[in-house]
Amino acid sequence: MLKFDHVSKRYPEGSDVLLNVSFHLKRGEMAFLTGHSGAGKSTLLKLIAMMEFCSRGCILLGGQNLNKVTEREIPYIRRKLGLIFQDNKLLYDRTVFDNVALPLIVSGYGYKEIGRRVRASLDKVGLLGKEKKYPLTLSGGEQQRVGIARAVINKPEIILADEPTGNLDPELSAEVMHLFEQFQNVGVTVLIASHDANLLKRMGHRILTLDHGQLKVG
Amino acid sequence: MMKRKARQSKNKARNAFSDKSQTYLHIHAHALFSSLGRIVKNTFTSVMTMLVMAIAISLASGFYLLIDNMQQLTGDIESTNKISLFLKPNVSDKSGRTLAEKIRQNKAVDKVVLITKKQALKEFKEYSGFGEALNVLEVNPLPTVIQVLPKNTLDDLQAIESLMMEFKHFNQVDFAQLDMQWVRRLQTMMQIMQRGVLILTLLLGFAVLLITGNTIRLELQNRRDEVLVAKLVGATYSFIQRPFLYTGFWLGFLSGIIAWLLVSIIMLLLQSPIEELSLLNGRAFELSYFGFFDIISLLSITSFLGVLGAWIVLYYQLQEIKPK
Ligand SMILES: Nc1ncnc2c1ncn2[C@@H]1O[C@H](COP(=O)(O)OP(=O)(O)OP(=O)(O)O)[C@@H](O)[C@H]1O
Ligand SMILES: [Mg+2]
Repeated sequence: MLKFDHVSKRYPEGSDVLLNVSFHLKRGEMAFLTGHSGAGKSTLLKLIAMMEFCSRGCILLGGQNLNKVTEREIPYIRRKLGLIFQDNKLLYDRTVFDNVALPLIVSGYGYKEIGRRVRASLDKVGLLGKEKKYPLTLSGGEQQRVGIARAVINKPEIILADEPTGNLDPELSAEVMHLFEQFQNVGVTVLIASHDANLLKRMGHRILTLDHGQLKVG
Repeated sequence: MMKRKARQSKNKARNAFSDKSQTYLHIHAHALFSSLGRIVKNTFTSVMTMLVMAIAISLASGFYLLIDNMQQLTGDIESTNKISLFLKPNVSDKSGRTLAEKIRQNKAVDKVVLITKKQALKEFKEYSGFGEALNVLEVNPLPTVIQVLPKNTLDDLQAIESLMMEFKHFNQVDFAQLDMQWVRRLQTMMQIMQRGVLILTLLLGFAVLLITGNTIRLELQNRRDEVLVAKLVGATYSFIQRPFLYTGFWLGFLSGIIAWLLVSIIMLLLQSPIEELSLLNGRAFELSYFGFFDIISLLSITSFLGVLGAWIVLYYQLQEIKPK
């Protein structure tokens, strides 16, 4: 499903943020991406979301080489991704409903379908009943869950989550992780960046560790 | 059993389809009206912008209207491009009358008016205000004049001129004068003005383009986050640019309407002095306003400029919002 082949990334200014990273995630596999702050976790996820492009090597997503994707194809590939961002990236002048509905609106879904799915998605993250609120009137953890609801609403093939539990208490974290596992059970590939060591150990999934941009084996 | 299931799924598909297509239309309408809503919400900025645009548009369209009216005016004059034949002082009224009759026989001539010396003097006394002074003169200094109006078919200047040459050769005629000279000069001036207005219009159109472009650029800056997030959840380029194009449309359309109002007000203010002027000329002159088609084309052009300005800015600026 997702294959990194000797991928290096260097931002225009500065040294290599990722160096010679290679790994392979199978369809329906769930893995954690960990490492110290500044190790390159967010950068790695951004490469998959085509927010950045790698300097060397290649990334295959569902068999498609992301270096060779045309600009026109990018939106359609992104629709297969469920992205959860470290900074949430919510629209603060829109209601929770509108935020969560955005991926469906953008893809041209019908309103009935949108309403149904938004409620289902908010229900999954325990925010049913907050549709009409604005993100700023929610707690940090609730905002994070709005971001998660938005990411999973499009029934993505692969979920990429950057610190999805950063603002959640252990109980909620466990719930959110459980939600991801449910998606994994129906065949969705999940890659989660996190440095919550305790949580990682408890979950018992595959762990990819980045150290100064290099993938540590083991 | 199978059939029913198939029908059900077909129905379901059709419902989903109509839900989708309805939503598609709805999204378009929503984008159209939400961009209008945004314009209304930022009343002050929008009104300022649209007024500036409207002034530019009304300048251009006002000049067009002016030229149009002047053309009508010179059109009136053109139909009176008459030839005046001034007869030699020693030619008697009777001989003048014979000549006038002769000229009347000419096929190219529509109308002939003979103004005898006496008539000329009388008219001159009446209109010039030199009545008393002229009484002092012992001899009438004014010549007999034959005014010839060529047939309308003689729009061709050369034909008129050759006709005039023909009349010039009658030996009673002292000299002939074509009242067309100044008409021609006027027409040349009109052509220059027309070209000037064209250039002005292009410049003002460009200004409208720039103003919309700049407004859209600011709008894009304000909604940068929205664009970014929409991109990240898979919005296509056309989806992202749509509301901005609608904003451009509204800017152009609304300022076109304001410009139309402005020009109409200006015309109303000008109407009574122009009417007075035309009464002085002894010619009824109907001031022409924008017709239905003029308004339609004015609004189409301004809307088009708005959309175009937005489109150009989006083409360059949307690429600058990373990621792609
Ligand atoms: N847009 C950028 N331009 C230049 N350098 C960048 C950019 N983004 C990240 N970096 C650099 O790349 C390195 C890795 O950043 P990244 O955000 O991937 O780290 P991270 O592993 O996600 O850290 P954290 O756990 O704190 O989120 C950092 O040293 C950072 O300075
Ligand atoms: Mg990070």
